[in-house]
Amino acid sequence: MIGHATSFSEYMKHIVLIFGSLIVILPFYVMVSYSLKSPHEIATNSGGFIGAQQPMVDEYCVKLGNPPEECMQKPLVYNYTQAFKKAPLLRYLVNGLVVTASIFFIQALIAVPCAYALAKLRFWGRDFVFSMVMFCLLIPVHTIALPIYIMLAKVSLTNTYAALIIPWTISVLGIFLMRQFFMTVPDDLIDAARMDGMNEFSIIWRVMLPTAIPALLAFAIISVVAHWNDYFWPRVVITGDRSLYTPPLGLREFKGDADGSIWGPMMATATVIVTPLIAAFLLAQKRFVEGITMTGMK
Amino acid sequence: MADIRLRSIEKMYGETAALCGIDLDIRDGEFLTLVGPSGCGKSTLLRIIAGLEEQTRGEVEIDGKSVNKIRASKRDLAMVFQSYALYPHLTVWQNMITPLRLRDLSSLERMPFIGRFVPGQRDKVKSLHTLAGETAHTLKLEQLLHRKPGQLSGGQRQRVALGRAMVRKPRAFLMDEPLSNLDAALRVHMRAELAELHRNLKTTFIYVTHDQAEALTMSDRIAIMIDGEIIQLGTPDEIYKNPRDRRVAEFVGSPKINILSGDVDESGNVSIMGNHTGIRIRKRIKKVHLGIRPEHFRLVNGNGATDSWPFHVTYKENLGSDFYLHGHLNGSKNRIITRAAPDEVGRITIGETVKVRARQGKPMVFCDNDCRIDVMQEAGYGSA
Ligand SMILES: Nc1ncnc2c1ncn2[C@@H]1O[C@H](COP(=O)(O)OP(=O)(O)O)[C@@H](O)[C@H]1O
Ligand SMILES: [Mg+2]
Repeated sequence: MIGHATSFSEYMKHIVLIFGSLIVILPFYVMVSYSLKSPHEIATNSGGFIGAQQPMVDEYCVKLGNPPEECMQKPLVYNYTQAFKKAPLLRYLVNGLVVTASIFFIQALIAVPCAYALAKLRFWGRDFVFSMVMFCLLIPVHTIALPIYIMLAKVSLTNTYAALIIPWTISVLGIFLMRQFFMTVPDDLIDAARMDGMNEFSIIWRVMLPTAIPALLAFAIISVVAHWNDYFWPRVVITGDRSLYTPPLGLREFKGDADGSIWGPMMATATVIVTPLIAAFLLAQKRFVEGITMTGMK
Repeated sequence: MADIRLRSIEKMYGETAALCGIDLDIRDGEFLTLVGPSGCGKSTLLRIIAGLEEQTRGEVEIDGKSVNKIRASKRDLAMVFQSYALYPHLTVWQNMITPLRLRDLSSLERMPFIGRFVPGQRDKVKSLHTLAGETAHTLKLEQLLHRKPGQLSGGQRQRVALGRAMVRKPRAFLMDEPLSNLDAALRVHMRAELAELHRNLKTTFIYVTHDQAEALTMSDRIAIMIDGEIIQLGTPDEIYKNPRDRRVAEFVGSPKINILSGDVDESGNVSIMGNHTGIRIRKRIKKVHLGIRPEHFRLVNGNGATDSWPFHVTYKENLGSDFYLHGHLNGSKNRIITRAAPDEVGRITIGETVKVRARQGKPMVFCDNDCRIDVMQEAGYGSA
């Protein structure tokens, strides 16, 4: 009987989890499906997941004066070529890469030494500083967006990469996570490094960092996902120059057209934007979970 | 090679004193053990010598020069930690060569790729490799060089930790309970190896332990620490045979020394529960404590002797070569342990009362506040 009860509760758990994951996956399903279908299929909600892939006419190509027979394309090809043609998506992807990579790099450069000091050095006011770090975790970015925008505007940094990067370089979450991890590193290891002749900076980069790779990786994913997907901040500080658009801003290129044909390319763009993240997560999945468990965030 | 001198070292943690006025001269090439119960400040003292902790007052001198203002990395001392503290992300070989690289190569020479183009760097690196190779050979680590610390047993990690300390040929080794994490058999084995290592290296060793057996077996001299003070300093023999304080007598020796409370009459004769001991002291006090080690008892045949005491046996502990008899002096709270040879013990059963007496000249007399009282003479005692 006990075995039966256990397996029943196991079933229930799985049903709830499956239901939850369906809710999460559904929008992705729609996104990928739309990116494969023709406008007609999207409008009439027909064609299953991938659509019939009947060749369709590219209106824009016809407008340019080509004969319609030469403008026939499969919806899939049409949507994805449009995604890259209508907006310089490649350029946006490179922007996204530069911005997220720089943000993470500088965040780590600042958070690791800070976390080391907060976890392992004894100095006056350390507990107060750490409580301020905890306090800053509670401030939503949107409340300070305006002051930051004004400051950036005052020093004429809006519409630059700097505007996209600088406000995020000090991550209290990163400091907090790394500090929690460093607390678990034994003091003896640091003392041994000191006896071996390392100075504090060598200890940080040659001893603490290598032991903290899983935690850093967990933070990397949190940081990269947040900034790769961020629509709000780039929208605020990039007002004119489209060559500075990050991928989420690229989606704006498709808005406002009454023409239904826009859904396919738009969803194709969205698919292209999220694919790198999903691929990165799958690659790092194991270590990510390790890192989260270790920092006690579970 | 170094002599290390500590002058009235004090260490306060907030209001509490961890060390109160330590004076200690450690001679060049000596194996000195700091031993004491846990929490007495041994690690704190060692870390002050190392430079990892700053003393509140007092002075540390190495080879006659004050090192108060010199950082740990510049004192040229090596430390072995109880937890070994190996770099978990580096192989055994890298662990051993790291201190050498840090000492002998400039930061430019240590740089990956670029370092190779600094003139003379190749030769330096080669000599480092020879040094590390020699150490690995001495400690029989050659088979393990490519493993990470996580893939080693406790004993192997211990060796690597030693190796990492040895490669630099430091002026002195500081060891903080390096054997505590090993199993009993390995610990005994490593005691012998460490003592041999000390003989070969002829370097100063400062060794911290809470295990009096380690201290007795390895050291040239032992400093007994209790509550932040060194209460006796001497060779293992002196410490064992002639403790100047009751706490020392109780700490050193296993099983622990027996402490019996005794009364003193007007002429200074000490008796235990009305039984004569034959011990006389000059000091005019009423109460004393008598310390007698288990091996200083003798079983006595027959009931006649007046200086023997009735001993009620409650437990026989068989160690093969010896027996320890646990029990109490008849009807009292004076629990004692005596050592006896197996052939003497054969006929004794648990619950039986036998007669014991202390060997002449062996009992030590202590006052109420732990000080040692010198014995004037022993009279009326048959030869042991
Ligand atoms: N960082 C510290 N802060 C406060 N008290 C400490 C600290 N380190 C050690 N102590 C205290 O100092 C005393 C001596 O500690 P320690 O030297 O580690 O003892 P031992 O190594 O002999 O066991 C202990 O009572 C301990 O509680
Ligand atoms: Mg200790």
